[in-house]
Amino acid sequence: MKKTRKLNKFTLTNIKAYGIVILAFIILYPMQSAGLISNSISGQLVPICTYIVMAISLNLTVGFLGELSLGHAGFMSVGAFTGVITAICLQNAVPAPALRLLIAIIAGGIFAGIAGLVIGIPVLRLRGDYLAIVTLAFGEIIKNIINCLYVGVDASGLHISMTNADALGMVNGQLILNGPQGAVGITKMASLTAGVILILFTLFVVLNFVNSKTGRAVTAIRDNRIAAESVGIGVTRYKLTAFIISAALAGMAGALYAMNFSTIAAKKFDFNTSILILVFVVLGGMGNIVGSIIATALLYMLPELLRGVADYRMLVYAIVLIAVMLATNSEKAKQLWERTSFKLKNNKEKERGEG
Amino acid sequence: MVPVPSNAIIPERDIDKTPILETHHLGIDFGGLTAVDEFSLTVGRTEIAGLIGPNGAGKTTVFNLLTNVYQPTRGDIILDGRTTARKTAAQVSRMGIARTFQNIRLFSEMSVIDNVKVGLHNSINQSLAASITHLFGYGKSEKKSRDEALELLDFFNMADLAEHQAGSLPYGEQRRLEIARALATHPCIILLDEPAAGMNPSETTELMENIRRIRDNFHIAVMLIEHDMNLVMNICEGICVLDHGKVIAKGSPEEIKSNPAVIEAYLGRKKEAAEDAEG
Repeated sequence: MKKTRKLNKFTLTNIKAYGIVILAFIILYPMQSAGLISNSISGQLVPICTYIVMAISLNLTVGFLGELSLGHAGFMSVGAFTGVITAICLQNAVPAPALRLLIAIIAGGIFAGIAGLVIGIPVLRLRGDYLAIVTLAFGEIIKNIINCLYVGVDASGLHISMTNADALGMVNGQLILNGPQGAVGITKMASLTAGVILILFTLFVVLNFVNSKTGRAVTAIRDNRIAAESVGIGVTRYKLTAFIISAALAGMAGALYAMNFSTIAAKKFDFNTSILILVFVVLGGMGNIVGSIIATALLYMLPELLRGVADYRMLVYAIVLIAVMLATNSEKAKQLWERTSFKLKNNKEKERGEG
Repeated sequence: MVPVPSNAIIPERDIDKTPILETHHLGIDFGGLTAVDEFSLTVGRTEIAGLIGPNGAGKTTVFNLLTNVYQPTRGDIILDGRTTARKTAAQVSRMGIARTFQNIRLFSEMSVIDNVKVGLHNSINQSLAASITHLFGYGKSEKKSRDEALELLDFFNMADLAEHQAGSLPYGEQRRLEIARALATHPCIILLDEPAAGMNPSETTELMENIRRIRDNFHIAVMLIEHDMNLVMNICEGICVLDHGKVIAKGSPEEIKSNPAVIEAYLGRKKEAAEDAEG
């Protein structure tokens, strides 16, 4: 009896999360193929997928690990440029675009994971506000390093320089990363299908992780660090594990994001992007994966839908954010919600009783 | 006959065995303040030991030293024959010391059973790969941790609360859950910091029964800080009295009850009381 209840809770979240994504795909994919979606919205589909992955992965850090990270876009950036470099280098070796995209995404994930490890070791010794500020700094550092990075490839291999493109000393090579101008000559390989697969993969990793021994340790550290230590949990190790997983998933999202454009610059992944993702997570509910998905999809589309009000777009956007915050946090709204759902339940039961 | 150090208050059944916990001249300073000094104690394998003293005597500081939350300034701690110096709190827990806290520290957002499962953390064999994929023996390890956790909850008559949120439990049950979580780490000694605080007499009686059951079922030592003298005098075999960071008395409940230094620490000196009355 007990066992089934527990199982249901876990599977219920799973069904909701996977269900929403798959349902959206089933509806959107034929519409896109048939050309029923306007170009501007169609172009947003892959970015929405990547931002959903970003929000889910950040939720692991913010919601389950309980540490505020303001540099999540930094990991996205590492993944994006690693992915681009990998994809361009493999242009001849791996002709199948789907496979090349997969390898690029995996490479992006690995490098972002390594960045997560390197940054996590010093950062996770801090707590609360201090940690948030240092992650912000690291996000900016990553952006600025990539901003002055020049990468090219020729027959002899990869060339990397931090001064200018001429210093690469390539012979008939292809310039991949051109400093502040970013990556150029990307073959657009991302698609809605790839995006949905990545979301499903992210859900698989995060939902499983949260319902496991390691995930419980992470949540325990969030709830009470001293108590977690007192039962023999090495705090740093588990914080780092969650942080690296979060970073690696962000890197994968970054790689997919970059493959959706022909050029991409480091300034795209700045502080504003980190905050944007954080807004998705907070509005969707910390520790609420399904909420992250819905909040991201709605809030990302909102500015697009508000094109009608032109100049007042961002104003309306801000007002909507504040309204949602107030609505989800007010006691009265909660009571109202409970009362309505209670009534609905009663009505249903009544109907059942009558029928 | 094994020579027993003069400071020992070990019950007779444990005398032949090496003590589970020994401290030698333990001390800690915070800045210029000496919080605990010259704290030497021996706890037997299956002893129920009490640590008492007036407020601010340094009792919780001793617990924090024993669990390496604080690193001692002076002295050694020997747990089951091994020193705990330079270990982290988590490592000391793995060496076999478990504790509860004066102000309850549960994982309040998690369910009751998950709290106990976190306590089982180091005895459950589940790799990171199994955690992420839910393959590679995940089901087996989860079942084991679930069964063990339920068994522990059942020991405290809490099995039916398994799926409740820990933070929503009544106070007395939160205290019991904290003990269950501590026991889940398979300790050889458990430290209870004011386990009866805020309990009514019937709950306290139940707690005393539970403490004895813990000792008898798990064959471990129990050391407790408590202000409820009825509880202490009833279940503790050895008692150590702390005042102003120093041990002022050690012995059996009978010895402690009649010790003038203890009475003075708790009630003040007669002369002072008289002076106060005059002033």
